[in-house]
Amino acid sequence: MVVSCEEVWREVSNYLDGEVDPALRVAIEEHARGCRHCTAVLDGTRNVIQLYGDERMLEVPLGFSHRLQQRLLHQKLDRNMPGSRRNFLGWMVAAAAAVLVVGSFEVVRSSTFRGHQLRSEQAHPGTGVPPDMMVVVAEDGKLFHLAGCTFIHEKTHLRTITAAEASREGYAPCVRCLRKYLVPA
Amino acid sequence: MPGRLISLEHPAEQFNEATLIRRVRDGEHELFYQLIRPYERRVYTTAFAILRNEADAEDVAQEAVLKAFKHIRQFRAEARFSTWLIQITVNEARMRRRKAHANIMEPITDRQDEEGNYMPRDFADWREIPSETLERNEVRRKLAEALAELGQIYREVFVLRDMQHLSIEETAKALGISTASVKTRLLRARLMLRDLLAPGLGGAWSMTGKLSFEKGTKPW
Repeated sequence: MVVSCEEVWREVSNYLDGEVDPALRVAIEEHARGCRHCTAVLDGTRNVIQLYGDERMLEVPLGFSHRLQQRLLHQKLDRNMPGSRRNFLGWMVAAAAAVLVVGSFEVVRSSTFRGHQLRSEQAHPGTGVPPDMMVVVAEDGKLFHLAGCTFIHEKTHLRTITAAEASREGYAPCVRCLRKYLVPA
Repeated sequence: MPGRLISLEHPAEQFNEATLIRRVRDGEHELFYQLIRPYERRVYTTAFAILRNEADAEDVAQEAVLKAFKHIRQFRAEARFSTWLIQITVNEARMRRRKAHANIMEPITDRQDEEGNYMPRDFADWREIPSETLERNEVRRKLAEALAELGQIYREVFVLRDMQHLSIEETAKALGISTASVKTRLLRARLMLRDLLAPGLGGAWSMTGKLSFEKGTKPW
């Protein structure tokens, strides 16, 4: 098996990650022995991986850990954790308030959206979406997206929630970034 | 009860991760910092790689940690906790970037064609660089500067795969792209970094201590 320089460059990543088959590995090594350019590319790329992979490249600003701990403390973590044994009373109060709010909301609104009902009649709820996957929803949107999806048109009222929460709120998977979870019609 | 951080009294290695997660879920919130402490540098680095701004990166890193805490009950054991945490960080950082640059065009490097073949430059041989080189601040700075020159899509993949050591599959999941895209972008990122750094690292950096990778010395 003989490979060209272009083939070596195309496979250099896979080669260094040990993800090429034995025949291709031998061919690349044989080629490199007689090619100064490809040897330099292989050595240089290997160095890049080794240097950036070093723990010392993961520097954080001075005091980062301390400030992070302080932020956690100041957030009064106990109050943010639904379902905790310690804040059961707090959640009972919150749940009672939610019942009141939802109740009055339903009275004044002829609702088209309840519970898991989708916000869009055309949308498909999707299958196999990992419930803990973090997704982005827009206040007035109908779909949930992966962050960075170009189909997110609303830019100002975005929230990051789990896919399970998004589904509960009636959002459906985006037809672009989450297409793989949509069952073909 | 105020959230007391007890990381100093109880070293992280005393508990395994699954136990810590269960205990935090069961209400021992003060153990949460202990759970995320091994990954806090990774969280910051991920945010910085996307935002390229220390203040924003730190703020986003904190937000991501808080979000992980709030959603700890939704973490599923089949995923690695570190991957889940990094995924939240990527989402938070992208949101921040989107908010900050909603009306600004992405840099041209972000629109590079990732399908076309990349031709690495023909530099002289680059012998192995001793890891002690990283003890020098200017070398780390040059590496960081080269990384910052990459387009966003290449930098994200490179940081998760080669700096955070996520697998191809984990990187794909965290970024919401296919494994094929991860491999293509990773190849391009590695070759571009090699091209950016070869003149300096292959030359005077590890020999004389004097940097040759200065403005005007690049061969292009």
